[in-house]
Amino acid sequence: MRLFTHNMLSSNIKGVANGFPLRIEVDQVVEKQVDFNPDFLRNMFPKLEWKALVDAARTMGYTELPEEADSSMLESEEFLRKLHHALLEIHLEEGALVCPETGRKFPVNKGIPNMLLHEDEV
Amino acid sequence: MSNRPELLAPPEIFYDDSEARKYTSSSRIIDIQARLSERALELLALSVDGIPRLLLDIGCGSGLSGETLTENGHQWIGLDVSQSMLNIALEREVEGDLLLGDMGQDAIFVPLWPYGWDKGLALRPGIIDGAISISAVQWLCNADKSSHEPRLRLKAFFGSLYRCLARGARAVFQVYPENIAQRELILRSAMHAGFAGGVVIDYPHSTKSRKEYLVLTCGAPSISTAVPRGTGEDGESCSEDESSEENQTVCISDRNRPKKKQKITRKGKGRDWIFKKKEQLRRKGNTVPPDTRYTGRKRKARF
Repeated sequence: MRLFTHNMLSSNIKGVANGFPLRIEVDQVVEKQVDFNPDFLRNMFPKLEWKALVDAARTMGYTELPEEADSSMLESEEFLRKLHHALLEIHLEEGALVCPETGRKFPVNKGIPNMLLHEDEV
Repeated sequence: MSNRPELLAPPEIFYDDSEARKYTSSSRIIDIQARLSERALELLALSVDGIPRLLLDIGCGSGLSGETLTENGHQWIGLDVSQSMLNIALEREVEGDLLLGDMGQDAIFVPLWPYGWDKGLALRPGIIDGAISISAVQWLCNADKSSHEPRLRLKAFFGSLYRCLARGARAVFQVYPENIAQRELILRSAMHAGFAGGVVIDYPHSTKSRKEYLVLTCGAPSISTAVPRGTGEDGESCSEDESSEENQTVCISDRNRPKKKQKITRKGKGRDWIFKKKEQLRRKGNTVPPDTRYTGRKRKARF
């Protein structure tokens, strides 16, 4: 699972008002090379929840992202490279996503988060 | 065995390891899936500016449809309920991110509103630029567990999708509804969720290559939400070769048939008859050679 997916996942357990962002528990992180595409990043940037992304990247061991960001920074190639790496190249391979309210764990196996709920949680 | 897998078992059980492998190793299914997803992508009508979009593939299975998205340069997130199918997708090293989830359960994607409050109502825009789903939505119409209610599951599905799509984004679902009631149920749930749009039917005259697409637009109805036309609606021939094999019928003439009753015309059936028959086959979506001046002409004796 990549961080842009994490950035749009929320906990969907019934009764949870604010299930975002899911906390990440890391067991294993892998990095895969992806082609750099600045247009995609510019398109994605306004849709990102920046704080969640920075926190998630920190948990995954990538600390290069600045604390604050605005659209003017998209001009800089260096920033885009960092964003690209954080969003698309770091994969959470093994670990878990934890609901911030209930502490329910969604296990991540082989990079696939299991978001299935039990019947009583729907 | 029934033609409809959704009547046999719930998806997470039906698509077990062996069925998932069977599904993905059939070149015929791969071909059909690729063609369906290409058409779905066409119906999504994303503006062609070369910018990769973030798409959602609902019921992505082993990533056959996602591959088409990758080929067209888009980033995608796939959602499926069958672990075995996703394992095959991993083996095939698909580009998109995969999630194990049930589309009938409530939103797992971030809805729009709750995160704006503390930042002065700066609503987060809809995240996803489009959604496709190939042969998956009809699974929602079955109640596989006692807790399942098709109407509520469809409502949850369309509702959560509506919330995470960007305004004006489209969602295209290729569906195989079992009957008219089912199609209506799906369509009505979509409309209730706020979608505008309708059904596009490709090759409506054919039983085999007939395909239904639900084309939905997020947002109020406008010109952009007009439903595109289906292929093959007005007798366009479809370029499919797959049907040729099965549409061949074996003619067995009865030897004892009295000769009197056979109308023996020296001229044979005639050109008009051939044109009429070809037109009929074309409407069905079969591959038919074009009409030329040579059509129905007799061969020369020396041939």
